[in-house]
Amino acid sequence: MTDPAYLVGAGGVLGALARTLVGEYVVLDGVPASTFAVNVLGTFLLALLTLSHAGNDLALFLGTGFCGSFTTFSSFSVETVRLWETGEYGRAAANALGTLAAAGVAVALAALLVRAL
Amino acid sequence: MASAPTEPPDTPADDAFSTAMSTGTLTSGPLVSRLETVALVALGGFAGANLRHAVALVAPGLAGTLVANVCGSLALGFVLYEEIYGGTLSAETRVVLATGFLSSFTTYSTFAVQSAQSRPLLLAANVVANYALGFAAVLAGRALARRATGGPQR
Repeated sequence: MTDPAYLVGAGGVLGALARTLVGEYVVLDGVPASTFAVNVLGTFLLALLTLSHAGNDLALFLGTGFCGSFTTFSSFSVETVRLWETGEYGRAAANALGTLAAAGVAVALAALLVRAL
Repeated sequence: MASAPTEPPDTPADDAFSTAMSTGTLTSGPLVSRLETVALVALGGFAGANLRHAVALVAPGLAGTLVANVCGSLALGFVLYEEIYGGTLSAETRVVLATGFLSSFTTYSTFAVQSAQSRPLLLAANVVANYALGFAAVLAGRALARRATGGPQR
């Protein structure tokens, strides 16, 4: 039995590093593409874990730790506000609603996948 | 302080925000500075994930996630606008706080999956609460950064 703090922490370390890597590779001018990518991908993974009723240790390590840290709400909200205040109203709205819609699709896809397997 | 070697030399001065979002790189620069970035991001990620877990133990479900997301948005808003307004935090502090700790403390995936598992009315309320309070928290962080730095009073 591993201490939950290590499971969550180790997952958090890997999630934060993976998010940072994505941030260096997924770069699009004028849109926060890397945050969009980690949030949608991480939501898909967490939905898979949750819907397939992963065991407690796996849920702490991969779910709470990795997916929780890989995805980020604070960068999303800061980037959206930043787009809005620089006059990019369309992009701000598209980022806010697009992330939400894509995350919804990710959860639905995960549900289909879990049901199919 | 000196993270300059890892930044493009021609970064426009008025583009401090995008610089702030990408300070610290894992894939370029001297090995020592890459390793330092790994250590800072890892340290922040370990602490951020565990604090979020602790908040979820105290306030399970939608409430704990909302608290983490709103508090983290406020703090990240402060840290990033503090840089835009010419603040004094070092590059290392920004990496450990912003990229490591705060980005790991807050979470979109838990928010999205918890919302999807809620009844329609609660789902809608949770999305509106996270979005509205999260954006408002960023603006509050910006106001605090302006006060702290005497930044532009637009």
